[in-house]
This record gives sequence, structure tokens and C-alpha cells, in this order.
Amino acid sequence: MEYSNLRRQAAYMKKSLFDQGYLDEQFYQLEELQDDVSPNFVEEVVTLFFRDSARLISNIEQALDKCPQEFSKLNAFVHQLKGSTSSIGASRLKNECTRFRDYCDEENLEGCLKSFQKLKREHAVLRQKLESYFQLLRQVGPVEKATRPSM
Amino acid sequence: MAMERGCKSTGGEPHVLAVDDSSVDRAVIANVLRSSKYRVTAVDSGKRALELLGLERDVNMIITDYWMPEMTGYELLKRVKESSELKQIPVVIMSSENVPNRISRCLEEGAEDFLLKPIQPSDVSRLCSRFLR
Repeated sequence: MEYSNLRRQAAYMKKSLFDQGYLDEQFYQLEELQDDVSPNFVEEVVTLFFRDSARLISNIEQALDKCPQEFSKLNAFVHQLKGSTSSIGASRLKNECTRFRDYCDEENLEGCLKSFQKLKREHAVLRQKLESYFQLLRQVGPVEKATRPSM
Repeated sequence: MAMERGCKSTGGEPHVLAVDDSSVDRAVIANVLRSSKYRVTAVDSGKRALELLGLERDVNMIITDYWMPEMTGYELLKRVKESSELKQIPVVIMSSENVPNRISRCLEEGAEDFLLKPIQPSDVSRLCSRFLR
């Protein structure tokens, strides 16, 4: 009974992440790559993502603090970050990266600073939500294959 | 029988060299290839890719990100196609950006295909069935 409750909670949590736009189809693609050989593939990739993205966010922060700003460097950092967000299906974060990049292209510092604050918030929220999700999945047991909601 | 470069595998699994500075993308592409039963070596730079190509003679395909620091995928492609030993290896470029000039430049330089990220398993299956067996 407890097990089926946990499974329901996990499924609901995942559905919420999609419904609220935190995740997109690409996350399902990652789940489909999970198998007996790589049973925790999604969590491993997401862990890699948060390790790399934390570093890139720190790099961006340092670059924004410099005067004058090197917008080409900022652009390069956010390009990498956007690539990774896209690879794990982190939709809202990817969109914020796009906005940040647009401000970089315009060399609009004020826009960059505002967008960067939003980006950091989205990153922190996503991290917290995915950590909770994977914690619940670990309680459920062997990871399930991708289950798209029925249309 | 020795495996020929850039040709279909004559024994064992085909060996694909994946090149990407993003650890996330390396993990994804490596898993996609392994789940399709290919042997994968994943490296994080063009420099490391060339080092490996100098040591290993059994790479059947290279799949590389375009935008990497120090050496881009385009520069790696050029080095491969300029080498008499490596030029027969099919090279596929990946990029998160759809830039027509970039795509045509790579294809003109000898890239076999250009994939937009995020890479889908179906992209890889399609490629590998063209160049590998």
C-alpha cells in the first residue's frame, strides 16, 4: 500500500513538473535511455547537469562583476548552459537562458543582470524539485521506464 | 581481420568516437550509442580526439559537437579530412544552433551530416545504419 502511494506521488510529481513547464519532452527521451545496464541514467545525467550548471552560473556571476563586461565571454558561458538545459529537458531554465543571451547580444547590462537573477532562481527551484523527485524515486525502488501521460 | 578506418565494422561492435565538452551531452550521446550496441569512446575536446585517433586504429565514426573551446568541431573535422590516415572516417557534427552557413561549411569540408541538439536516439540510429553495421 505504502509502495503504491509512493509510486503515485512520484508520478504526480513528475506530471506537475511537466504541467508547470519545468520539464519538456527531452526528459522523456532521457528516461527512455534508462535500462538494466543504466538503471539510474536520468538521475546521473541530472546530477552532472547541476554540477556543470553551478560552475557556469558562478562563471557568469564573475563575468558580470567585471568592468567593463565581456559580453562575448558571457555569451559563451550562457551558450554552454543553454545547451545543457536543452539536453535534460529543463524548459523554463532554457527559456531564461535564451532571454539572457538576447540581452548579451544587445550588450544590455541591466537586462543581463535582471535576467541572471531570474535564471538563478529558476535553477535553484528546478534543483530543489528534481532532488525531491529523485529522492522519492529512490524510495519507490527500481526506476520505471518513461511513462508519458495519456493524451 | 584488421578493421579498416571509416568503413563498416568487419568484426565486433563498431567503434564510435564522441567528442563534446559538455559532460551532460557526452553522457547522453554515449548512452544512446551504447544502447544501439556500439562501442563508444567519449572525449571532451578535439585535442583529445586527435590523440586517441593517433593511438587507436579502429574508430569507425566520429560524432563531434561544433562549439568547443580551443578546437571547434569544424577544426577537428578539417584535421581529420586533411589526414591521409583519418580522412575516410565519417564525421558527423552536432550543434545546438541551426546556422545555415555553419552547416554548409561543415558539409563542404566533408562532414557526412549535421545534427541539431538535443540529439535523439532516432538521429543516431539513422546515422549509424548509413555508416556502420
